Amino acid sequence: MMKNTIAMLMAATLLLSACGSTDSPDSSGQEVSHHPVGPTGGSMKGDLGPPQGDPVNAVLTSPPLVPPATNRKQPAKVIVELEVIEVDKPIADGVTYTFWTFGGTVPGSFIRVRQGDTVEFHLKNHPGSKMPHNIDLHGVTGPGGGAASSFTAPGHASQFTFKALNQGLYVYHCATAPVGMHVANGMYGLILVEPPEGLPPVDQEFYVMQGDFYTVGKYREKGHQAFDMQKAIDENATYVLFNGAESALTGPQALKAKTGQHIRMFIGNGGPNLVSSFHVIGEIFDKVQYEGGTHFQENVQTTLIPAGGAATVEFHTEVPGNYVLVDHSIFRAFNKGAVAILEVSGEARADIYSGKQGDEVYLSDKLSNPAAVETAALASASGTLTKEQQVKAGEVLFKGTCSACHQDTGAGIPSVFPPLAKSDYLLADHKRAIGIVLNGLTGPVTVNGANYNSVMPPMSQLNDDEVANILTFALNSWGNNGGAVTAKEVAQVRATTKRAEGAAH
Amino acid sequence: MNRAHTWLITLAVGVCGFAAHAAVVSAPIAGGRFESVLPPAPTVKTTVVAPFGLDAALVSNADFAEFVRKHPEWRRDRVAGLFADEGYLRHWASAAQPGPQIARQPVTQVSWFAASAYCEARGARLPRWYEWEFAAAASATQPDARDDPAWRQQILDWYSKSARGALPAAGASPANYFGIRDLHGVVWEWVEDAGSMLVSDDSREQGDPNRNRFCGSGALSLEQKDNYAMMMRIAMLSSMKASYSSSSMGFRCASDAGAGK
Repeated sequence: MMKNTIAMLMAATLLLSACGSTDSPDSSGQEVSHHPVGPTGGSMKGDLGPPQGDPVNAVLTSPPLVPPATNRKQPAKVIVELEVIEVDKPIADGVTYTFWTFGGTVPGSFIRVRQGDTVEFHLKNHPGSKMPHNIDLHGVTGPGGGAASSFTAPGHASQFTFKALNQGLYVYHCATAPVGMHVANGMYGLILVEPPEGLPPVDQEFYVMQGDFYTVGKYREKGHQAFDMQKAIDENATYVLFNGAESALTGPQALKAKTGQHIRMFIGNGGPNLVSSFHVIGEIFDKVQYEGGTHFQENVQTTLIPAGGAATVEFHTEVPGNYVLVDHSIFRAFNKGAVAILEVSGEARADIYSGKQGDEVYLSDKLSNPAAVETAALASASGTLTKEQQVKAGEVLFKGTCSACHQDTGAGIPSVFPPLAKSDYLLADHKRAIGIVLNGLTGPVTVNGANYNSVMPPMSQLNDDEVANILTFALNSWGNNGGAVTAKEVAQVRATTKRAEGAAH
Repeated sequence: MNRAHTWLITLAVGVCGFAAHAAVVSAPIAGGRFESVLPPAPTVKTTVVAPFGLDAALVSNADFAEFVRKHPEWRRDRVAGLFADEGYLRHWASAAQPGPQIARQPVTQVSWFAASAYCEARGARLPRWYEWEFAAAASATQPDARDDPAWRQQILDWYSKSARGALPAAGASPANYFGIRDLHGVVWEWVEDAGSMLVSDDSREQGDPNRNRFCGSGALSLEQKDNYAMMMRIAMLSSMKASYSSSSMGFRCASDAGAGK
């Protein structure tokens, strides 16, 4: 592999030197950038002359596969034949959706051409389609990106031709009214316009595209789900998915690689609405060609991919295991399906990542004296609890539960967490204090003349004894004027106040 | 362009009469002032729909077979290529007969020319877009339900199903406020002025100064941008040329008030 890489690099270097590039392999022989450091000249440098040789039929692939490199040294006429098909497919386990697709898949077929190629594009709309469709390729220079020229009724085919002037990774999508709905139903894909010298070889290339979906039923609600227009307008996605289904790239369909491989992923975001915070858990992108452009950033954790945009990311696998692709706008990963798996097999590398090396009991010093709590609980059960026992137990519990905000000194934090020490608010009403510990407190309060407006969660994990002990401790500390709260009082308040639904500490 | 088409059809159909099919029920619709998704001019937001009659049900394959029997020039093996593309009636069992399975289903795979000829032979015509839209704005209980989100979603639900399953029988869906059936959820429908509905092929061009390159009423951009249901119907119609046919495009006939049929 390495030999190959070096050979290719040398060939590329020859080519590049003609363009005045300063790139060269570094002394370690490791992979270096193929891309010119300076500007590429954009579309003004993209017309590499008329097509040469026989026309080439483009190889189209379904995700997650990527067509092979064009390996051409001169511009060609490339014929692309893409069929639009409306299909019912699973979007999640037990849930189906009618997708509108380019080539039968979401995302649509991957198209790979070379800068300067003349692309003769045939868009065929299957006779069984209900809708007219068209295609706007972001890699096209011309009005509408081909949209108006490719507007095609069901059972018909359209043709238009463009020259791929700009290199890069581009989204294509349907632009028929209503555009948002066509995109929301899966009508997008990627077209790669290789630079004239090609991309540096890697061991594996993958094609992954994120999209957001809007169904009338809730997330994972079984059955056939219809498109929900209002949710789409509100940008309230039901699903956020890689490659159009929750299980597209998980389980048996997971992406597979070996350790010691260079991986390149062409990542697109079809939208229609959401911007992706693309991240691979446990990997760091060695290289990101952000926004699908020419220049790259190195050593990236998370890269932003706009709706209707793309990025090329590269990394090297060292440690075997499962690497999880997520949208790090993280509720989308755990509650809307934005998860894919890359399974990396190979020899363990304990020198890089050890795995778990130990598991022992850890006692926080904040809960260093559970005995006092125990003593108070026993005393309470036998009816012999003293105020002194309550204060001792309360102190331990306070340190474990309350002091992070109200501080060990009871002074709180000015303008964020109110004080308990000499607190008019605490001392004025014991019952109210019990209610706050049980149910939390949200919104503005005035304590000792200062205003606070924050959130204290309900302390649902504490029992009546513990709440009573904590409050008794607070009432008898930091110069407060004494008094006690009993478990019975706590029980009364607990019984008479309504708990916030689903509240938990 | 439409006028020329009509003239051609008149020639093709000739003057021979075509007895109205016994099952045809036309419902009278009073019309009135109406706010269309396609306003008549940029500064004119409403139009007046004159009284008209509209078929309560879609034209079925059996209805169309009867027409083809009397007007064999509209058989799929005899039709002029100018008037129908290769998909024309291709789903029929034979050139003359749809076959029993689909006899009662709405006829599809018909060109605008063929649909116009059918209606003309009946002494009727295709509905105009404003007429169709006026009748189709109704729910079961309201003459104009277009602001009702539930009504809209119900229509969108149809778009969320692929066109693979068998069509229901013509006239099988519940009647709307005007007594008309099948306006939503079955097939797209030809309208008489489909050829002049030149909304831009690229829907994002609205407001583009170039839009005047389209002649006449085609220069208009869509109103009511959240009315996706209507937008999609217009997109479909504007993708179809008059000779095109599609497995989900059918039609019904209309007539001026008092003209009957």
